[in-house]
Amino acid sequence: MTSLQRGAPPSARHADAPAKGPSRPQHRRRKDPGSRGRFLSSVDLKASPYLFIAPFFLLFGAFGLFPLLYTVWVSFHEWSLIGGNEGFIGLDNYVRLFSDAKFWNSLYNTLGIFVIAVIPQLLVALLLADTLNRAVRGKSFFQMTMILPYITSIAALAIVFSQLFGSEFGLINQALGYLGIDPINWRGEKYFSWGAIAFMIDWRWTGYNALIYLAAMQSVPKDVYEAASLDGASRMRQFFQITIPMLRPTIIFTVIISTIGQMQLFTEPAIFDTGGAMQGGTQGQFQTVMMLVFQEAFRYGNYGYGSAIAWVLFMLVVLLGLINVVMTSRIRSAT
Amino acid sequence: MTMRMRGARAAAALVGGGALVLAATACGGDGGSGGDVELVIDTFGVMGYDERIKQFEEENPGVTVEERNVTDVADYTPQLQQNIAAGSGAGDVVAIEEANIAQFLVQADKFADLNEYGGADLKDDFLEWKWEQGTTPDGALIGLGTDIGGMGMCYNVPLFEDAGLPTDREEVGELWPTWDDFIETGEEFMEADTGASFVSTIQPYFRAVTAQAGGEPFQDTEGSLVLEENDATRDSYDTVTDMSEAGLSASLPIWSDEWNAGIQNNTFATLPCPAWMLGHIESTAGDEGLGRWDVAAVPGGGGNWGGSFLAVPEQSEHPEEAAELAKFLTSPEGQLSAWNEANTLPSSPEALESPDVTEFTREYFNDLPVGEIYAPSALELEPVYYGPDTQSIDDAFRAALESVEQGQASPKEGWDTAVEESKRAVGEG
Repeated sequence: MTSLQRGAPPSARHADAPAKGPSRPQHRRRKDPGSRGRFLSSVDLKASPYLFIAPFFLLFGAFGLFPLLYTVWVSFHEWSLIGGNEGFIGLDNYVRLFSDAKFWNSLYNTLGIFVIAVIPQLLVALLLADTLNRAVRGKSFFQMTMILPYITSIAALAIVFSQLFGSEFGLINQALGYLGIDPINWRGEKYFSWGAIAFMIDWRWTGYNALIYLAAMQSVPKDVYEAASLDGASRMRQFFQITIPMLRPTIIFTVIISTIGQMQLFTEPAIFDTGGAMQGGTQGQFQTVMMLVFQEAFRYGNYGYGSAIAWVLFMLVVLLGLINVVMTSRIRSAT
Repeated sequence: MTMRMRGARAAAALVGGGALVLAATACGGDGGSGGDVELVIDTFGVMGYDERIKQFEEENPGVTVEERNVTDVADYTPQLQQNIAAGSGAGDVVAIEEANIAQFLVQADKFADLNEYGGADLKDDFLEWKWEQGTTPDGALIGLGTDIGGMGMCYNVPLFEDAGLPTDREEVGELWPTWDDFIETGEEFMEADTGASFVSTIQPYFRAVTAQAGGEPFQDTEGSLVLEENDATRDSYDTVTDMSEAGLSASLPIWSDEWNAGIQNNTFATLPCPAWMLGHIESTAGDEGLGRWDVAAVPGGGGNWGGSFLAVPEQSEHPEEAAELAKFLTSPEGQLSAWNEANTLPSSPEALESPDVTEFTREYFNDLPVGEIYAPSALELEPVYYGPDTQSIDDAFRAALESVEQGQASPKEGWDTAVEESKRAVGEG
C-alpha cells in the first residue's frame, strides 16, 4: 500500500490538498476519514526498520554484549559453578594471572602457532590466488576445491588429522619410517605439535583467504598488466609491483581478521588433543589461551579466574588490532 | 500489502506466538493429566532398564515412565549439572556416574534424601562401599547403587603364548599376586621380545591401584586436597611409574584412536578390565579378536572402576513415586533384570551371588565366567571416597603419567606437576 501511494503521481496528491512541504502529506493522510490503514502504514514506515534489525540486536544483546559485560563482573569475584559467587576480590584474579606460568605458556603457544600458521597461510593464499587469476583451465573447479576444506565438518577433520599425526600408527610417521626417519611424537614435542596444528589451520583457511584475494585481484584493471607487459616487466615484477600494492587493503583486512581469529585459537588444538580435558598435551605443549579459559571455567569450575583470562585475551586482541591499524595508516601515509 | 508490512506483522506474530508457546509449556508442568503421574528417568549409556520399567508401570497403574537416554556420559553429566543448578529440566530420577557422584553429593540440598522414602532399610541390599559412595558425610542417602565395574586383568592370549607365559586364566592370575610380581612378569614378557608392550599406558593401572588402597586417595570429605599426605596415593603413583621405568608401556593415550588401534593390532598384552571394558574390547577388536582376550585376577586383589547411582532431584514434582522407581530399579531383582538385559555387574551382594550371574559365560572371551571372575573382586573391595573434583584430578594425573611414560618428565617432576594442577582444580592453587 505504502509504496503504491508513494509512487502515485504528484497531481493526485495535489488534487486533495495544497502542497505544504515534503512532510505534510503524510501528516494529513492520518486525518483522512477511514484511513486506519494509512496510519498504520506510517507507523510501519518509521518503526519497521528498527523491527527488522531488532532480532540481531536482541540476540547480540542477550548472547554477545550481556555475557561480555557480565564476564567483567564475574572476573572481579571468586566464582565457581557449584558455589556461585563466593565474594568480591577486586583485581586478585588479574594479579594472579600475571604470575601464572600456565597463562604465559598458553600465550606463548598461541602467539607461536599464530606466527607459524598465518604467515605461510597468507603467502600461499596470495600465490594460489595469483595463479588462478591467470588463464587456467578448469578455473572454477579449482576455486571450488579451494573452499572445500573450509566447509568440511570439524568432526571429519578431527578424525583425519588424528590418524595422520598418531605417534604409533599415524600415516605420517609410517611414511617417515619408510624413509628411515625415527617416528615423531607429534603431541609430545612442543614445536612439532605447533607445526601439526599450524598445518591443520592452514589446510582449513588457506583456500578461504585465497578466494578473498582472488576476488580483489579480479577488480585490478587488466590494462595495468598489459601496459607493464609492454614495458617488459616480468611476471614476478608485475606480481610485486602491481598485484601486491593494489591488494594492500585486502591484505590488511585478511591480516586483521586472521589475527583476531588466531588469538582465539581453540578448535584445531582442541581436536588435536587426546581427551576433552583441554590440557593441550601432557605438559600444555599446545594449550592455547582459549583452551586455558575453557579448562579453568568449565573443567575446574573457576569462573572468576576463567573470566579474567578471557578479558585479558580480549584486551590483547584489541591491542593487536590497534597495532595493525597504526601500521596500516603508517604504510598508507608513507606511499 | 507490501513486503514490509507483511514482514512486520509476521515478526509480531512470531513474537506473540512464541510467548503463547512459552505460557503453554509453563502450564504443562502443573499436570492436568487427571491424577496420572508421568515420571521421567534420565540415563546414559546402556542401563538395561526396558524390562524393569515395563514391570513398574504394570505394578503401578496410573504411572508412566519415560526414559531419556544420552549415549555419552561426558555429554550427559554437564547437562545434568546445569539442570540441577537451574532448578528445572532434570528428570524425576537421574543416573549419576561413580566419578561424578561426589560432585552431586556436595549439592545434597538439591536432591531428595532417600532415607525419608524408606531407603534406610535397604542398606543390606548393596555392597558396603557402594552404599557409602551414595551417602553424604551427614548421612543423607542421595544415590542408590546400580551397577559396578569390578576389576579383572585382561590379557592377550596369543601374545602370552609367544612370550612363553602361561595362558590359562587361573595360572595367569597366579603369576601376579602383587603388583611387584606383575612388573616382574612384565619384564619377563619384554625380554621375550614379542614386539608388543606389556601395558598400553600406565594411567588405567593408576586408577586400579588407588582404588584398591581405598580411603580418600585425593580429597577428604571436606573437599580439601589430601593426596600429598596420603602415602597410599604416592605408593600407587610409584608403582605405575615403575612400570614405565621398566619399559613396559606402549605409551598410547587411553581412549585415543591410537589406543584402540593398539587393541586391534595386539600392540599390548594386558589391560585393567572392569566388567564394562569387555564390551569395549569386543566392539573394538571385532570378529578377529574372538578368543584373543581373556581375563585373570587382578594383582593386589579386588578393585572397582565405574558404575552408577540413581538419585531423585529435589525439583521432582513426584518425589514419592520417583523414589519408588529408583528403589524398584536398584533392588536385587531390578539389578538382575539389568544384568540379564545389558550385562551390567550388580552392586547387590544377593544379585552377585545369584546363579544368573555366577553361571554366566561370555563366548567372545573363551567362555569367560564373567560373574565368577568379577563378583569376588567386588565383594573384597575397600570403600573409596572420590571427592567432588575427582574428574579434574584424574585428568591432571593422566597428563602427568603420560608425560612420564613418554619420557618428557621424570616421575618426580610428573608428581609435582600433577599435585600443582590438582591444587588449581580444587581451587587451592
